[in-house]
Amino acid sequence: MAEYKLMKGNEVIAEAAIRCGCDAYFGYPITPQSEILETLTLRQPWLETGMVVLQAESEVAAINMVYGGAACGKKVMTSSSSPGISLKQEGITYLAGAELPCLVVNVVRGGPGLGTIQPAQSDYFQSVKGGGHGDYKLIVLAPASVQEMNDFVDLGFELAFKYRNPALILSDGVIGQMMEKVKLSPVKPRWTNEEVIKLNGSWATTGKTADRPRNVATSLELDSARQEQFNHKLQAKYKEIQEKEVRFEKIACDDAEYLFVAYGSSSRICQKAIDLAREKGIKVGLLRPITLFPYPTKAIQEMAEKVKGILAVEMSAGQMVEDVRLAVNGKVKVEHFGRFGGMIPSPNEVVKALEDLIIKG
Amino acid sequence: MSDIKDIIKDENLVYKKTKVLTDNVMHYCPGCSHGVVHKLVAEVIEEMGIQEKTIGISPVGCSVLAYNYLDIDWQEAAHGRAPALATAVNRLHPEKYVFTYQGDGDLASIGTAEIMHACNRGENIVVIFINNAIYGMTGGQMAPTTLEGMKTATSPYGRDIKLNGHPLIITELIAQLPGTSYVTRQAVHTPAAVRKCKKAIRKAFENIGQKKGTSFVEVVSTCNSGWKLSPVKSNEWMVENMFPVYKPGDLKDE
Repeated sequence: MAEYKLMKGNEVIAEAAIRCGCDAYFGYPITPQSEILETLTLRQPWLETGMVVLQAESEVAAINMVYGGAACGKKVMTSSSSPGISLKQEGITYLAGAELPCLVVNVVRGGPGLGTIQPAQSDYFQSVKGGGHGDYKLIVLAPASVQEMNDFVDLGFELAFKYRNPALILSDGVIGQMMEKVKLSPVKPRWTNEEVIKLNGSWATTGKTADRPRNVATSLELDSARQEQFNHKLQAKYKEIQEKEVRFEKIACDDAEYLFVAYGSSSRICQKAIDLAREKGIKVGLLRPITLFPYPTKAIQEMAEKVKGILAVEMSAGQMVEDVRLAVNGKVKVEHFGRFGGMIPSPNEVVKALEDLIIKG
Repeated sequence: MSDIKDIIKDENLVYKKTKVLTDNVMHYCPGCSHGVVHKLVAEVIEEMGIQEKTIGISPVGCSVLAYNYLDIDWQEAAHGRAPALATAVNRLHPEKYVFTYQGDGDLASIGTAEIMHACNRGENIVVIFINNAIYGMTGGQMAPTTLEGMKTATSPYGRDIKLNGHPLIITELIAQLPGTSYVTRQAVHTPAAVRKCKKAIRKAFENIGQKKGTSFVEVVSTCNSGWKLSPVKSNEWMVENMFPVYKPGDLKDE
């Protein structure tokens, strides 16, 4: 029988991690995501499933612990909020370069710098364009509800291991702190060491046996020709992800003359804005990217054929709007509306922006 | 004249390269201490029969390619982060023999936080710390352990304490941490020192089996390329100048 609970987004990340058979969590406190580490240490999953939970000395150490665990072929994760995620970028590019699967959760707060502890969506560029050095991509999932915070933990690990690539849940302070009803996932046992060898033994550092060459987790290749070949391999993987893993949701798009494009908590605000606009006779729909990489470029292109204008709504000064414009390629007008620095737009503000920037503008 | 084939026989064997050491040609400069220390670690792994249970963590620095030379599973860490990787492997695989192999820039400069906290948590690992007082791989720049007055590419007039601070004698700090059980400083400049260093490495690995927490083996080493001295002169310079600051011997053995 399904188990329902009223939970915070951050708490459910912890619960979902235990339930999906996560092997280890390494983290460091930072608002507004500390409930993830707090919930885990309160739940003591090491007594229940053997899952390792460790408070690291820094975000830098935490992401490198993730590297160590991931290189063992285990399901390992970390979480933080924007300033801490910036610190993790070195480790994230090494993970991508060594093709190690892992899950990173960013409960975004306003920036730049120390910024604010209030919610924002200003880490889009960092998440989808590569926050660290080198040509790499993360698989980026954008939850818009506490339920999706739950669901995307398992999905994130699934995609990470499928493609041997780090996956990122790009949440924000609204979703992390908000309480909603959530249907908890069924409990899956952790992989045994034998299962890890069977599933990941071709690359994981499980201990070199006589029957195989040594496994080395590394992102180093000093020979430029071979490094280029490796980069081609990575690019082919990202292309496959772009072809197979795009996820999005369309709301009220059938008769839409205008379109909102928004992810995460902005998409929730846009849903209310749709109701308000339609009361005024403005037929507007919403396209909600669920994966930010791979981006639903084609779906936006198709909507650009049908609507008169598109408003990208983000709690940033305008980041995702660049990808909307690339998809639309000048077919219709695309504008951005956002509050930022920790401010959250109201549905009425969103409707007014649609009227001013798109309909009248 | 007897045939060479008559000489190469098992009964005449006085020395054999450990099978844990691969046949790859080492990139280290002739006279560098890394090759000797690699061999000692490899021999200890073979003698203890723990090749299948050993995970090495290589650093950034000259020994970044250590994974080419020891036939075990390896993880290559970002600069200074090896103890964080080792922490995770140790927590997820307490039955494994996990060791980091780090230079002075890696361990005592950029990775100071990671080494202090891993040792303070008493991670059940071995740390091999190669201290040659210089950044070898990048071309001989000043290291945290560079001696006062020592000339390097970034201290061309000699290390100035007012400008660059004091040489960081980190092993003494490590020995203060209750998480460590065995902290020792060795060298490999003479056959006797090599034998002693091997004993220390062996003891450190045995400590893992006894769940004793962190064992830390500093090897005061030479970098004849970086020091711009011949291998023989480097050894002499090390004894004369390094040993008074980095004194060989056990700092802690519990």
